[in-house]
Amino acid sequence: MNTLLKLVVQRVALGILLLFAASILIFVGTNILPGDVAQAVLGQSATPQALANLRAELGLDQPAYIRYFEWLAGVLHGDLGKSLTNGQDIAAAIGQRLSNTLFLAAVSAIIAVPLAITLGLIAVRYRDRWPDKVISAVTLASVSVPEFLLGYILMYFLAVQFHIAPSVSTIYPGMSFWAKLHAITLPVIVLVLVVQGQMMRMTRAAVLNLMQSAYIETAELKGLRPFLIIARHAFPNAISPVINVVMINLAYLVVGIVVTEVVFVYPGMGQYLVDHVSKRDVPVVQACGLIFAAVYIGLNMLADVISILANPRLRHPK
Amino acid sequence: MADKLLEVRNLKIEATAYPPGEKPRDITIVDDVSFQLEKGKVLGLIGESGAGKSTIGLSAMCYGRGGVRITGGEIVLNGRDIRQLKPGALRRVRGGEVTYVAQSAAAAFNPAKKLMDQVIETTLQRGEMSKSEAEQRAVMLFGKLGLPNPETFGRRFPHQVSGGQLQRAMTAMALCPKPDLVIFDEPTTALDVTTQIDVLAAIKEAIADTGVAALYITHDLAVVAQVSDDIMVLRGGKTVEYGDVRQIIEAPREEYTRALVSVREIEHEEKKPAAEPVLRVDNVTARYRGTNFDVLKNISVDLSPGQTLAVVGESGSGKSTLARVITGLLPPKEGTITFAGRELSPDMASRKRDDLRELQMIYQMADVAMNPRHTVGTIIGRPLEFYFGLKGEAKRKRIQELLDEIEMGQGFIDRYPAELSGGQKQRVCIARALAAKPKMIICDEVTSALDPLVADGILKLLLNLQKIEHVAYLFITHDLATVRAIADSIAVMYQGKVVRYGSKSEVLSPPFDDYTDLLLSSVPEMKLGWLEEVIEHRRMESAGN
Amino acid sequence: MTRLPIAAIIGFVITGAYFLAAILAPWIAPYGMAEVVGDSWAAPSAAHWLGTDSIGRDLLSRMIWGGRTTIFIATAATILSFGLGASLGMTAATIGGWVDQVLSRFVDLIMSIPTLIFALVVLSVVPVNLWVLILVMGLLDATRPYRVSRSVASDIVVMDFVEAAQLRGEGRTWVIFREVLPNALSPLVAEMGLRFIFQVLLLSTLSFLGLGVQPPMADWGGIVKENKEGLVYGIAAALYPAIAIASLAISVNLVADWILNRTTSLKGGRGG
Repeated sequence: MNTLLKLVVQRVALGILLLFAASILIFVGTNILPGDVAQAVLGQSATPQALANLRAELGLDQPAYIRYFEWLAGVLHGDLGKSLTNGQDIAAAIGQRLSNTLFLAAVSAIIAVPLAITLGLIAVRYRDRWPDKVISAVTLASVSVPEFLLGYILMYFLAVQFHIAPSVSTIYPGMSFWAKLHAITLPVIVLVLVVQGQMMRMTRAAVLNLMQSAYIETAELKGLRPFLIIARHAFPNAISPVINVVMINLAYLVVGIVVTEVVFVYPGMGQYLVDHVSKRDVPVVQACGLIFAAVYIGLNMLADVISILANPRLRHPK
Repeated sequence: MADKLLEVRNLKIEATAYPPGEKPRDITIVDDVSFQLEKGKVLGLIGESGAGKSTIGLSAMCYGRGGVRITGGEIVLNGRDIRQLKPGALRRVRGGEVTYVAQSAAAAFNPAKKLMDQVIETTLQRGEMSKSEAEQRAVMLFGKLGLPNPETFGRRFPHQVSGGQLQRAMTAMALCPKPDLVIFDEPTTALDVTTQIDVLAAIKEAIADTGVAALYITHDLAVVAQVSDDIMVLRGGKTVEYGDVRQIIEAPREEYTRALVSVREIEHEEKKPAAEPVLRVDNVTARYRGTNFDVLKNISVDLSPGQTLAVVGESGSGKSTLARVITGLLPPKEGTITFAGRELSPDMASRKRDDLRELQMIYQMADVAMNPRHTVGTIIGRPLEFYFGLKGEAKRKRIQELLDEIEMGQGFIDRYPAELSGGQKQRVCIARALAAKPKMIICDEVTSALDPLVADGILKLLLNLQKIEHVAYLFITHDLATVRAIADSIAVMYQGKVVRYGSKSEVLSPPFDDYTDLLLSSVPEMKLGWLEEVIEHRRMESAGN
Repeated sequence: MTRLPIAAIIGFVITGAYFLAAILAPWIAPYGMAEVVGDSWAAPSAAHWLGTDSIGRDLLSRMIWGGRTTIFIATAATILSFGLGASLGMTAATIGGWVDQVLSRFVDLIMSIPTLIFALVVLSVVPVNLWVLILVMGLLDATRPYRVSRSVASDIVVMDFVEAAQLRGEGRTWVIFREVLPNALSPLVAEMGLRFIFQVLLLSTLSFLGLGVQPPMADWGGIVKENKEGLVYGIAAALYPAIAIASLAISVNLVADWILNRTTSLKGGRGG
């Protein structure tokens, strides 16, 4: 039990370390590169005095490492700073948007995960026959089109031509749950399609790899029914690789969501981030970047922890 | 006339090959094979790799591995042709009437389940015993197979027990549902020789006690001679010879069987040590980086010019590490290596080019010892160019000379390794080593991956080349028969130490130390009743103590 | 040499056609890149095969010019990311030790932030132009070629034939270029194809978000952005780039698949 706990603690510690390193990277990325925030905000025609004033206001006259620690201390206390463009408190502005984004992500994941695993298993069951081939062809097609284009294709056909779903996903507090669901039909379909390909292909590979192991042959030679072979011998060993696949792809969903929100004008984190990148609103970009990175790092960490926990060699040491 | 259990008639097995860039085509793996087995008897199936022996064994369960199809013949088990059975009925045959013991039990057990659950699974499935009865039977079998603490053994997970124990546990799993027939598929091949003998004895005893019949598949005729009543010799999917064990071992009719029986009987006269050794390993101690355990402890051995020093030991004895230290891949913690009168720098990177040239190496797996993207000509030609600056026609001529020396002749120079057979690949590696005109060659298990007859050819070639080129060999092996065939002196290694060292005649004559005795007496001999003799001898000795 | 399978031929032909069109854009595009030639969103006609865009520019010409920009930036970024990533990856695998440790941990760190998010963070402070785009895209994506080449090379480095070459006294150059590289080439070339597709998708996404190629220059992602409003009126102009991107991506994929399969069949030459 001890080694197991040690490994998990190590992995979690590594995750936290990575998160800190990522925060440094984000900070460095926005500060040390040749661009100047004040210049960027005020434009080329700004007077030197105005630039100096803004720099002082932003604390840009202080050394970078001091600004980093001040920023980090703020973040740890839940203070993400103020937006440059409208002076709003960023944490307050993010709150509602974050829950909108998580709602969209959750609905997509609830549909995508079981679907991908089922299709992956079908591909294994009919390996190298037509269902498998159709599934790989669809996979190839879906990874070949960027999310935003997939969004517009669906919008063009489902919303504009056939009026099945709304083309813009407006949601606001106080909307009923079903109304919200209806509003996000298209972005959910896009996200499901986007993560589907990879998740299916990886599930297929993981399960195929498992079905070719010698202990599955042993089970066959024991004369067990196919159902028992899968339930007793394949399933317990499949949990870990499949959960790993799921986690990695949910992390991938984080990226897809940014673009999808912009396409469907969905009031979430992604749209907020992109808006403020074009406005060169650095504090907002830093805060959003950090939150996205944290989710991504967290999911990857979770995947690793689960595979540590599911490994019988580690669970029952010699 | 005893009861007939299994009769296989005119068995034909096919598979589909997918050659790259061509249309798939059917190939015949087993062709017109017939045999029969009575209750309680053991039939040995023997042959080299590709002989179809495992495929035939599995056909007794009507099972084709990886797309292999049984396309012709009858497999009559307990009076009915199991090829005609429906899937449900066939499942009752598998794991009930016929069970299977795989070569690698480590892979064949489900890593996520306890051994006991796996051992009694089929027995419970068939509903013939209650859970506690089945567990009792399993414990009884664990005890009979000599597993430690049979009462609690089943509570462990597969990765918590050793390879030899897993092999016995798999035998227990096969015997638990009281089958009529057990298929043993190379059950001891992956084990060290001192472990093999125990597992072999346990299997033999369990077969005798339970009265089960068995198909015993192996490539080692000496092993199969210990456990079988009848033997069938296979080659390329066809029967070569089929008869009772005494006839096959003592009076083989076919040329191929005779060759298998007389394998490793190479005559080699031991040479006297020279005054000045070509290699002196002096008090070497070594460990791998990042560990705190010495894999080699105070090793001192000499090798005379033009002679062979065999380093013998089981896996984990440190014999391959010794090779790494001598070549400078692993600089020793203490001790020195003296080669051709000069002390070698411990690290390969700072050795002189002539030191590197005169000390060559041949590997166990010829497949990965040659760059698959280079032709035979490039592989052998590179040392010629690198050490002697040979180019163009002169280089090509020398390559051909070397190819003649390794008895390969014309037409190989522009081929790629993938186009050669296993034996030919190893010969090319030998030629590459010879091209450097070395004083000494380290041979690391060079025949272990080869079939016995091919291995014999390689050993004869090496001996022949030693006479012509006067090159010394440091020959690393786990196989004592190989040692007898080629060594002038022998070092026996055990747990990182040299436990016995001297000329071949000294090392192989009594009195022995305990380990060497165990090692020597564990090597299967090509005679009937050998296993019983050894077991009896050991029993008496332990009683005497 | 075995015959090319149909899928690979299709892949080669389409990929080749796109690159050719990119190179020859000034000669084959019927109109200039930013030339306004008609009404906005005119239907396809003999003069304008794909119709016109939101401000009346010829869409076919925009697509050809846009392809040129997209393919040029993606190719340059691929060369940068691949050259940097693969050479560092191979070096890390052959040298090992602390060099490998430092490089690999740094790559882990960069990969802990999704590429698009990181690109957005950086593009929020630097001025966006062609060269900055190539640099940012190339550097951020160098992590993947690094990982692939490192893992391919470290599988090869432990093989006995590499040890044999080292024991012969061969220098590092021979080991990397004559022993390791020939065996790593096919998976690396295939990976390069995949990286190229990724760069095309990334650039299109950035341009669509308004942070990539800036108007009036055309690129496929930008064309979607410029014409997306038309979709609501049933004008499909914004969807043409989808066809271009998808067909380019699929054909490069087909070529990469063929290269990978060719390697595996060579390795398993005698086929068990």
